[in-house]
Amino acid sequence: MPKVKLPRSSPRIDMTPMVDTFAVILIFLMLTATMSSPEPATVDTPFSISEKPIPDANYMTFLISTDGKVFMNFDNGPDTLLKFRPRILEEMGKRYGIEFTERQLREFQTYPSSMGVRIEDMTEFLDNQDANARKALQVGIPMDSANNQLAMWIQYARMVNPNIQACIKGDSQVEFPVVKRVLNILQDLNVKRFSLITSLAAVKINLEEIQQ
Amino acid sequence: MAEIIQSAKSGGKKRAKRILPHMDMTPMVDLMMLLITFFMLTTSMSKPKIMDITLPDRVTDPEKQQAPKISASRTLNIILGPDNRVFWYPGAVKPEEYNNPPPLMETDFSPDGIRQLLLERNRTLFRTINEYRDKVIRGEIRITQDSLQGAIRELKNIDDTGPIVLIKAYKEANYGNFVDILDEMNICGIARYTFVDIAWYEERMVEIASNISSSSAY
Repeated sequence: MPKVKLPRSSPRIDMTPMVDTFAVILIFLMLTATMSSPEPATVDTPFSISEKPIPDANYMTFLISTDGKVFMNFDNGPDTLLKFRPRILEEMGKRYGIEFTERQLREFQTYPSSMGVRIEDMTEFLDNQDANARKALQVGIPMDSANNQLAMWIQYARMVNPNIQACIKGDSQVEFPVVKRVLNILQDLNVKRFSLITSLAAVKINLEEIQQ
Repeated sequence: MAEIIQSAKSGGKKRAKRILPHMDMTPMVDLMMLLITFFMLTTSMSKPKIMDITLPDRVTDPEKQQAPKISASRTLNIILGPDNRVFWYPGAVKPEEYNNPPPLMETDFSPDGIRQLLLERNRTLFRTINEYRDKVIRGEIRITQDSLQGAIRELKNIDDTGPIVLIKAYKEANYGNFVDILDEMNICGIARYTFVDIAWYEERMVEIASNISSSSAY
């Protein structure tokens, strides 16, 4: 019997299909990716059965952390040309007598996550590029009756963008009075419909359960 | 790794060899793998969900404040207490009972607790909604998903047997409980519920209720 000759060359694998698949997956992931920027405070949202997703635009978020700080975030509107965020900041600046430079407004426009900065510290916050220094300035938006900056933010946000929808994102361990305070401020400003941001939990109940 | 370019050995005759150009794709594949892993780990596929609620007008003037004019027999008061506890009492407290309020009943957030309580009171409406939804699923009623939501809202609107739930929060309650109870309203299909400020006598009722149960634990 003749000897079976093994080919001396190493086996060559055609990697083209694999590369193709990878490319498709990669493109898909890149297009669907919504860069989740880190929030200034970690918040475990409570669960609910609601399946309604958060809107893409026209919303303001109140992030309430476990230590009772309130952070706020707006979107730039459905079109980036609308520049809602810098306009809101400009109005706030006028109210508190602070002049913001073009560069600071642009920085505010592109800042990716919520802010809990007092308006007096805002210039320092926007000029500072150091993340740690910025974090130290995030003390929560003041909302006591003497210095109710949160109400001002809401008011100007609604003035600049009348379609804005209020969303509350709170940690499930937050003491209720803090939430109540935010709700009261909203109610006082005639915001009566708003949304609570939750995570989806599956709950099933059937008819038999109540017919027993 | 994937491919070794062989040095073709052919002696003597000089002839243009037909070698297929082969690219070494290994670095590219490596890079792509890295990127895919990165994107898979950083993307959040599911957007956070929202739950809509509507609050009534806030009356700050104590002169104008008055008890809601709703029938006491349909009213169910739910009070969120401290330590994830939840209390309830039916009807309303009469003004002459303010100093000696009726005791609170305690329940919990489990399916056998508050949900059973609500479903029992809301049975008619809950069944109507469910039957309607079943008919849509079976194809007996042909409407789209959007109009189904509208139709359910309509069913809730015309309902006049279900409970009217007033949700109140004691000062030591937490936000998670608040969302839980609103969620429970959605699960049980309660047509009429709202969130109201807690009254002083109700705060006392919670204190009495939690004191009794804590002293009995000694």
